[in-house]
Amino acid sequence: MRHYERYIRYRTFPTPWCPGCGDGVVLKSIAMAFSELELDPNDIVVVAGIGCSGRMPTFFNTNTLHTTHGRALTFATGIKLARPDKMVVVISGDGDATAIGGNHLIHAARRNIGINLVLINNGVYGMTGGQVSPLTPQKFITETTPYGNIEPKFDIAELLIAAKASFVARETVNRPVQLKDVVKKSFQHKGFSVVEVISNCHINLGRRNRMKDPIAMTKWIEGRTVSKAQYEKMSPEERLHMYPTGILFEDKDRLEYSDLYYKHIIPAAQAAAEAAALKQAERTSASRKVKS
Amino acid sequence: MGKRRKVLQGNIIVARAAIDAGCNFFAGYPITPSSEIAQYMSREMPKLGRDFIQMEDEIASLGACIGASLAGRKVLTATSGPGFSLMQEHLGMGVMAEIPLVIVNVMRGGPSTGLPTKPSQSDVMQTRWGTHGDHPIIVLTPAFASELYSETVRAFNLSERFWNPVILLYDEVLAKAHEDIELPYKKDLEIYKEKVHKIKDLDIYDREIGQNPHRVDFFKGYPIHIDGLEHDKHGWPTSEPGTVQKQQTLRMQKIYHYLDDIIKYNEYYMDDAEILVFAFGVSARAALPAVEMARELGIRAGLFQPLTLWPFPKQILRQRFSRIKKVLTVELNMGQVRYEMERVASDDVEKRALLRANGIPFTPGEVLDQIKEF
Repeated sequence: MRHYERYIRYRTFPTPWCPGCGDGVVLKSIAMAFSELELDPNDIVVVAGIGCSGRMPTFFNTNTLHTTHGRALTFATGIKLARPDKMVVVISGDGDATAIGGNHLIHAARRNIGINLVLINNGVYGMTGGQVSPLTPQKFITETTPYGNIEPKFDIAELLIAAKASFVARETVNRPVQLKDVVKKSFQHKGFSVVEVISNCHINLGRRNRMKDPIAMTKWIEGRTVSKAQYEKMSPEERLHMYPTGILFEDKDRLEYSDLYYKHIIPAAQAAAEAAALKQAERTSASRKVKS
Repeated sequence: MGKRRKVLQGNIIVARAAIDAGCNFFAGYPITPSSEIAQYMSREMPKLGRDFIQMEDEIASLGACIGASLAGRKVLTATSGPGFSLMQEHLGMGVMAEIPLVIVNVMRGGPSTGLPTKPSQSDVMQTRWGTHGDHPIIVLTPAFASELYSETVRAFNLSERFWNPVILLYDEVLAKAHEDIELPYKKDLEIYKEKVHKIKDLDIYDREIGQNPHRVDFFKGYPIHIDGLEHDKHGWPTSEPGTVQKQQTLRMQKIYHYLDDIIKYNEYYMDDAEILVFAFGVSARAALPAVEMARELGIRAGLFQPLTLWPFPKQILRQRFSRIKKVLTVELNMGQVRYEMERVASDDVEKRALLRANGIPFTPGEVLDQIKEF
């Protein structure tokens, strides 16, 4: 048994994912990141919403929670605030995190609560059979855009940087080693971190867009991704359909939410309570003096 | 036994009772007429080193509560009809994953935005059947200031004992009225303390009828899986028909096995009553003086005031209807409990209802007029 396998719950196998799915790469990358950081499985909770990504926590041998569609971050917020000393990982898909869970996503980022989000972006609702998502590229054919997608997609990294996330990165399932490294770095970050993992859904997206096998899809992903350094050298026209990868934004100085709550709010409230008690005592003794 | 006498607003009584009952996590979202609870909690909880967070909506509030409950906290959220509608999704999650939760729903006029500043009792069926799927639920309906306190404590006790969401249901009048109350001392409260479960082979849902899951909170050394999907005895997702049916039954029976411990009610002038007046919450506040006035007129009326509205006090009412053949249901809606009454009372019981949904609570005189008409 390799060390990272301590974090995998083999009892619950097989996975529900199609052969060739990128989710398996993400599963292993996260387990390896846990392993390299030598975390105690008891100190980790993995939370997810609904969809193919939502089934991932079942396969981690840690505390795991499979919640409702798009809302995993809300459950994670409760866990993190209750137990700031523990590691809270959320796994979400693109539909889960950016459509139904879009509101929770921007607010978790804004709060900078110490949740490590791994956002698997396969550009489609895979579990329900291939409907358009907010991250489906324009013109793509899906089950609910049979004449091509007319909506522009979110740029998750830009969206989350604007929403004040303190760690934003992007990687693809094509590069498992780099993926594991960036996931590990995000796990070491103290505030809200997000790693967008561009993944393949050849069954429910690729098949309808002339990329019916995993190789065709991963090649397409490869053609669409460049390093951050290369991306910055590109002209705006060249950037249009490209995804920069690597750590795109990092703010190490910003304080984490539960840290702020415990170090600022609780002492402030307790000081206020003490001051009020002191005032009350003075008032009581003053009234006693008047009486005597 | 010492008492602390105060004049407090209904919402504040509930908030204080929650803190006294050991609530150490509150997540909420502002909504009239429940906001005072969140405001009070934001001020008082950090003083005690406990958590308060205002979330981005009611769905998120209940989500955070479930997360915190799994991490070992005693949780509360407070809302009103529109927010409670949003919470239905996570209420179902709370039932499915068997999470102790207390939800305060201060009823206002509906549907939709309706009458934010007026009372109503129109969430009776939403509390019972609001979330999808078959599910057990416990709903408590206090009517007097002292009951706002005692039922809040009881809501926490029941949620902890039965691992299920418990809803504290009252209305805008009780929420906003400032009333005289004798607060009990914390040491005099009966707080349910659960025995620590022993985990055997991680089969956390392997149990007999009437038992809770054999489960501990997160981070206690057992890598457990909690799921909103139907799950087997280990907690892993399943759709195997036999297992699914068994789990449905176990979740229901966990509550319905112990009706005697859950159902609580008050009876006034019921010993020789010929007319049973059924009223809860603000309507009971009108019905009690109405019954007293009827007695002065020589009409033998009695009040049945349920403190547990769901599960419905069916057995006890059936016993009463073996003798009493007239029932008047008083509720501030277009008719919700009256249908439950039709189900419970046999055909030989004459059933009437006093209903209204215009935001104005009943006066004792209006209830008396109805009693006199029988």
